[in-house]
Amino acid sequence: MIQVKNISKAFKEAQVLSDISIDFEPGKINFIIGRSGQGKSVLLKCMVGLLEPNAGSILYDGVDFLNMDEDQHKAIRQEVGMLFQGAALFDSMTVEENVMFPLTMYSTLSFEEKLVRVNECLDRVNLVGKNKLYPAELSGGMKKRTGIARAIIMNPKFLFVDEPNSGLDPETSIVIDNLIRNITYDLGSTTIVVSHDMNSVMEIGDNINFISGGKVEWQGNKHDLLKSENTALNNFVFASEFMQEIKENLKR
Amino acid sequence: MTGILGNFGRYFLLMRRVFSRAEKKKIYRPLITDEMIKIGVQSVGIVALLSFFMGAVVTLQTAVNIESGWIPKWTVGYTTRQTMIYEFSSTIVALVLAGKVGSNIASEIGTMRISEQIDALDIMGVNSASYLILPKLIASTIMFPFLVLLAMSVGICSGAIIGTMTKAVSLNDFIYGIQYDFDSYGIVYSLIKTVFFAFILSTIPAYHGYYASGGALEVGKSSTKGVVYSMVAVMVGNYLLTQILLL
Ligand SMILES: Nc1ncnc2c1ncn2[C@@H]1O[C@H](COP(=O)(O)OP(=O)(O)OP(=O)(O)O)[C@@H](O)[C@H]1O
Ligand SMILES: [Mg+2]
Repeated sequence: MIQVKNISKAFKEAQVLSDISIDFEPGKINFIIGRSGQGKSVLLKCMVGLLEPNAGSILYDGVDFLNMDEDQHKAIRQEVGMLFQGAALFDSMTVEENVMFPLTMYSTLSFEEKLVRVNECLDRVNLVGKNKLYPAELSGGMKKRTGIARAIIMNPKFLFVDEPNSGLDPETSIVIDNLIRNITYDLGSTTIVVSHDMNSVMEIGDNINFISGGKVEWQGNKHDLLKSENTALNNFVFASEFMQEIKENLKR
Repeated sequence: MTGILGNFGRYFLLMRRVFSRAEKKKIYRPLITDEMIKIGVQSVGIVALLSFFMGAVVTLQTAVNIESGWIPKWTVGYTTRQTMIYEFSSTIVALVLAGKVGSNIASEIGTMRISEQIDALDIMGVNSASYLILPKLIASTIMFPFLVLLAMSVGICSGAIIGTMTKAVSLNDFIYGIQYDFDSYGIVYSLIKTVFFAFILSTIPAYHGYYASGGALEVGKSSTKGVVYSMVAVMVGNYLLTQILLL
């Protein structure tokens, strides 16, 4: 369970987040959706400690994340997996070394045991046999999938995923969505997905938080989402005329 | 906000992070070996080449300047030895490596910063400052002294070779000169300076890379800054250490 309470974040003059409060439930897939540039990535970075919010607090299972000492941070971090929007793979390492990295740092397994685990994860993201490639040799989607494999290798209790589907074809997208769902339900992890892919939202979203203008504009599940009368949300979800027609039909 | 004082402060805070809460020793060993090869072994060629010509030039210039007759010819060997050991090897090697190793370190770490690789390390609870900078620092401190010793030997040998080939000095005079009044403290002095330079050349570019922000352009700028500031620090440190160690 992660609770974000009254988080605000500004860069110099620009107020990006103002007074955001969201509870992210464990064992559920919690979506943060919103238009480009609305602060979704910034919110995620505040939650994992890469950015310091100007105000507010963040609780991991009730413990104040922003005021933890180094040891507590280190302990929590080993339970966190994160996929960055740009994947953030280590350029100097192969796919295998990238995915194995958290194990190398923290586990006492033998190399063979680690390799078995790495191959399991590569299998889950459809990258079997790509062990020895370097990030520069991967396509955008393959980088994303390698990033996901690295994020889940430690069986994280808290999983942060920034735009898992951007740059992926519909079929692979669904593979990734299912992967996120399985991990979340298997491990009971608190999963937070940033996305503007409505397909994923409808496929695997349990709780949906719509951010607009630096505020939480709307919260609910996907059934509420279809019926919502919130204009900003409707403009986002049913952006095309075609989708608006569908919405009209739904009402009738 | 980040004026000179701000930069100093941030640099020392970063150094504190490099030395505190390091990761397991086992993790550093392969990284240090890698860096020793990148920083040390791969610089052998350029250091040998440059010190060869440096030794030759010092020998020829000294020979030309003492044509007067009443200064003994072996002074050429003596001067070559003194300049190579006391000054040229450590300082010039440091400046050359600032260009080669320093720019490499700054752009490597800077690229990791802007592509969020450092963030990824931090997320995993890895002390990114220590993980990235400590291996380079240790590798430089181990390898630089060897490079400087290499520069000294190559420089003096090239002096002998070029000096005799051009008949500027006879081999016997040159050898007498390089043995005359030899004091091994000169080598110690040079190596002490080298260790200090190794620290500067690995940490100042690393600092500029670590705090790069923006895109590829900024990484380029941080690399230039890393090289320029480490050169300035080398020259200032060189002066201070000379005053402390030789006076
Ligand atoms: N380090 C930073 N310094 C200054 N401004 C920033 C920084 N990071 C983000 N911003 C600003 O914060 C705003 C939100 O950015 P953010 O990356 O969170 O958007 P996003 O919702 O993730 O968009 P997208 O869907 O395109 O990824 C943008 O206006 C951006 O310019
Ligand atoms: Mg984003």
